[in-house]
Amino acid sequence: MLRPLLSRLILLVAVGFCGWFHAAAQDTPLLSGGLAFFSSTTGGNTTYFTIAEPLAAVPIGPHFLVESRAALLETFSPSGSPQAGYDHSHFVGLTYLQGDYLLTSHLTVVGGSYLVPFGTYNERLSPVWIGNFQDGPLIAGLGVMSSGTGVGGELRGSAVSRPHYTIDYAAWFSARSGNQQFNAERSSGGRAEVYLPVQGLEVGASYGRLLEGTQENFYGTHLWWEPIGTGFRLRSEFARGQHGDGYWVEADYRMAAFGGADSFVGRFEPLFRMQQTFRLNQTGSDSLPAVDTQRADFGLDYNLPHNVRILTSYSRQFSSTRNENIWETGIVYRYLLPTWKGK
Amino acid sequence: MTLSPKYLLPGTMMMVALCAAVWAATPEPSQAAQQGAPHQAARKTAASATHAEQDGERIFDQNCSRCHATPEGFPPSISGTIVRHMRVRASLSEKQEKELLRYLNP
Repeated sequence: MLRPLLSRLILLVAVGFCGWFHAAAQDTPLLSGGLAFFSSTTGGNTTYFTIAEPLAAVPIGPHFLVESRAALLETFSPSGSPQAGYDHSHFVGLTYLQGDYLLTSHLTVVGGSYLVPFGTYNERLSPVWIGNFQDGPLIAGLGVMSSGTGVGGELRGSAVSRPHYTIDYAAWFSARSGNQQFNAERSSGGRAEVYLPVQGLEVGASYGRLLEGTQENFYGTHLWWEPIGTGFRLRSEFARGQHGDGYWVEADYRMAAFGGADSFVGRFEPLFRMQQTFRLNQTGSDSLPAVDTQRADFGLDYNLPHNVRILTSYSRQFSSTRNENIWETGIVYRYLLPTWKGK
Repeated sequence: MTLSPKYLLPGTMMMVALCAAVWAATPEPSQAAQQGAPHQAARKTAASATHAEQDGERIFDQNCSRCHATPEGFPPSISGTIVRHMRVRASLSEKQEKELLRYLNP
């Protein structure tokens, strides 16, 4: 599993060298990403995760960018009996590897393996150094065509950009791919959103269609409200497929009003997330819970200096099969550095 | 420690109340401008000098900070790469990309 990943990373570095010869002074290829150590306790059993998510971005010339993100995950979970200790498993994979061509001021053409632009979580909040909670929403798998990535092309950009409003769009088509590193379903879809910067309000709608197997349609809407300068953020998303639907609403407040964002108190970030899922039938094979589920997450994050965050949360999940408590703690470090000294 | 489903509705209502409180506490843009404008002539000169920088800062706050916290410092040699990545990820226009780059690289 590691060998194909290494060969692709070597290819990316080679592309990076090509980019370096054409790069401007500010266009040195970068290496970013997150390192995390998480623990999750459910029903008295604690599972530990170590995660590395490196991201590389290589600009080539004035219009082209190659970017990729990978995930390296090691999981330590309790084996069946108390005497047996812990089992561990690992996963290494490319999350995406795409080329972006900035065709015009309002149009970018994306090719390769890309994150499916359905809703907001998959593209924006899934990196380990961005998410406020360790777990993604229960509906994270709805509309993103199982693997969350497409293999093919995408058109995206800013359709209209005015001081009081902007309209963005993304449209994609993906072929089916059974490759281990580039797994994707044949599908197509798009997303459009309106953003009102003065109010800090964003409203968007997504559509996706799975073009193989059950040929399912997916619809989604999202609403984000982030008043500028308040430290408060409200994010929400609803998604519906033919086999189920659900929503999540997340509120967080960075307590910067109490002595500034870098004060002891100002680094705290209380969170709350409410989510519900509803199963209509058992046809879908995504991560949507098999029975109707509702869950409340209460979190408290602490933003340490040097791009380090501590994430803690308690969740109570209700479903017809079982009710459970989930306790999670973890620490995440985000890094951002040039691949070599710039010219 | 357990939480009954009957607390979910009150929890949601609390969140709505929190939103309403933040809405009420958010200053109107014109009101905020009036509060901070005692010396309009001096401000006008300074504003023209820093206009581009303010535009870039506004673009940063409205687009980059919408999803993630501001990274604590990075070398100027990668600012162009970061901005290009953000142009794709946040669907910035070319004009916004240039203003953001000017803000990160004054």
